[in-house]
Amino acid sequence: MEIVVTTLLSADDIHHPYSPGKPEEHRALGGISFSVQEGEFVSIVGPSGCGKTTLMRCLSGLMQPTAGTVTMEGRTITAVPDDLTMVFQDYSRSLYPWLRVADNVEFPLKDQRLPRAERRERVAQALADVGLTGHESKYPRQLSGGMQQRVAIARALAYRPSMLLMDEPYASVDAQTRESLEDMLLDVWTRRNKTVLFVTHDIDESVYLADRVLVLSKGPSRVIADIAVDVARPRDQIDTKADPRFVELRAEVARLIRDAGSNPT
Amino acid sequence: MSDLVDTELAVVRSDGPIRRWLSVDRLADIGLRLVVLGGVFVVWLLATRAVDSIFFPVPTDVLPAVWNDWLTDSTTWDENIVPSVVRLLYGFVLAAVVSIALGLAIGRSPVLREMLEPTIHFLRAIPPPALLPVFLIIFGIGDLQKVMVIAFGVAPPILLNAIDGARAVDQLHLDSAAAFQIGRRGRVVKVIFPAAAPNVFAGLRVSMSLAVILMVISELVAATDGIGFRIMRDSRNFAYVDMWAGLVVLAILGILLNAGLTLIERRVLRWRLL
Repeated sequence: MEIVVTTLLSADDIHHPYSPGKPEEHRALGGISFSVQEGEFVSIVGPSGCGKTTLMRCLSGLMQPTAGTVTMEGRTITAVPDDLTMVFQDYSRSLYPWLRVADNVEFPLKDQRLPRAERRERVAQALADVGLTGHESKYPRQLSGGMQQRVAIARALAYRPSMLLMDEPYASVDAQTRESLEDMLLDVWTRRNKTVLFVTHDIDESVYLADRVLVLSKGPSRVIADIAVDVARPRDQIDTKADPRFVELRAEVARLIRDAGSNPT
Repeated sequence: MSDLVDTELAVVRSDGPIRRWLSVDRLADIGLRLVVLGGVFVVWLLATRAVDSIFFPVPTDVLPAVWNDWLTDSTTWDENIVPSVVRLLYGFVLAAVVSIALGLAIGRSPVLREMLEPTIHFLRAIPPPALLPVFLIIFGIGDLQKVMVIAFGVAPPILLNAIDGARAVDQLHLDSAAAFQIGRRGRVVKVIFPAAAPNVFAGLRVSMSLAVILMVISELVAATDGIGFRIMRDSRNFAYVDMWAGLVVLAILGILLNAGLTLIERRVLRWRLL
């Protein structure tokens, strides 16, 4: 079988000051370059304050880098591109508290002039994908944190982008919930043929989920390592994490981050 | 995890509106309020009896007049109640539409805010009744003038609350919409408006009480109909029972308008009540 590798998203030497004129200026993007192939799961890790969120905002087109270009399917991004969306860390502020779960998930579809039946179908499928069937008519605040983040992910899935940018989506849920959310994401990624770029400060998580881990340096940050995770799929929370290759890779990433500057938070 | 959420929800459901309405606490609450209201009536009765003056008729005369001379009198409806309520609603709705639209725009635009806020605070400092003579010159003595007095008077609370609400919209709510390519119009209608709605309703509630006050004031000068006009006329004609009954009618009107607004608010802000 011939494998065609297509670059979906690429960043070419992007620079951005974190906050121009302020003392935090050192928290900047200092020329970041990498690319993500179609269908890949790529993690980004780095020491705290390396500008991960700034990077994600530049990649998603919510913000323009001061120098360098981001291209999606060969076209330079100047606004949020069609085939990409973002899942934010703070689900409680990203979801709309005045909309029920199903309406939150349907939110991005109403502007697309999709027929009602198609919208319904997408909402139902997205909620089934994240395991929330039956919770359609609840309001977000009636759900636990992990379930709220599932709603946010379902909303992104219903939009059906080929690429998902996820900005530390599991940083504010407890460890057990996080594991089940990780496995849910891997499952959806496989079944729905998505491309995922996943920012995290959790080293285990970065290696566990990804095909490749990009390690960022302390700001002004650059990509200091691009590590292929040659660990078999499907992955398993217990077996994969006991795999010697996993342990080796996680140690390598941890060492790189420690040497890059400060400890990850 | 999900089981926990389900049980919490079940509790909310079993404690639905009907049960809450009929709960012992609620009945005790209502009972207490009725007792206090009855007390007010008794004090009113005793005081007017002691004074024994035609200027202060006893409530046992006033309350029947509320029914006979006001609420069941078709001429009173045509000449007093309906014209007043129509003006009030026109003024209120006009003020609400303009103030909400303007408030959301000002709240989202720092440039507009810098430009307009001093003007808004300057205009707001003018007591609305003082506008009456000016509006008589500009808008004449008809309904338009009265509607405008009400509209100008009730606008500031709605406007200022809409500005605050629009200003406080969570940036992440807007970023999320942008991440789904929701356009400017969609962001205003689907994000900024619902996010600012709690503040807007706070403003509307204040304005509703103001609207009743301004309605009466606008009808005291150069009017030929309306509740305010009638109260004034009854007073001049020594019909003090009807005059006092008019005040009771105003109170009833105020309560009904507030109840109507609360009903709408509960529907629109349902998500906050859970």
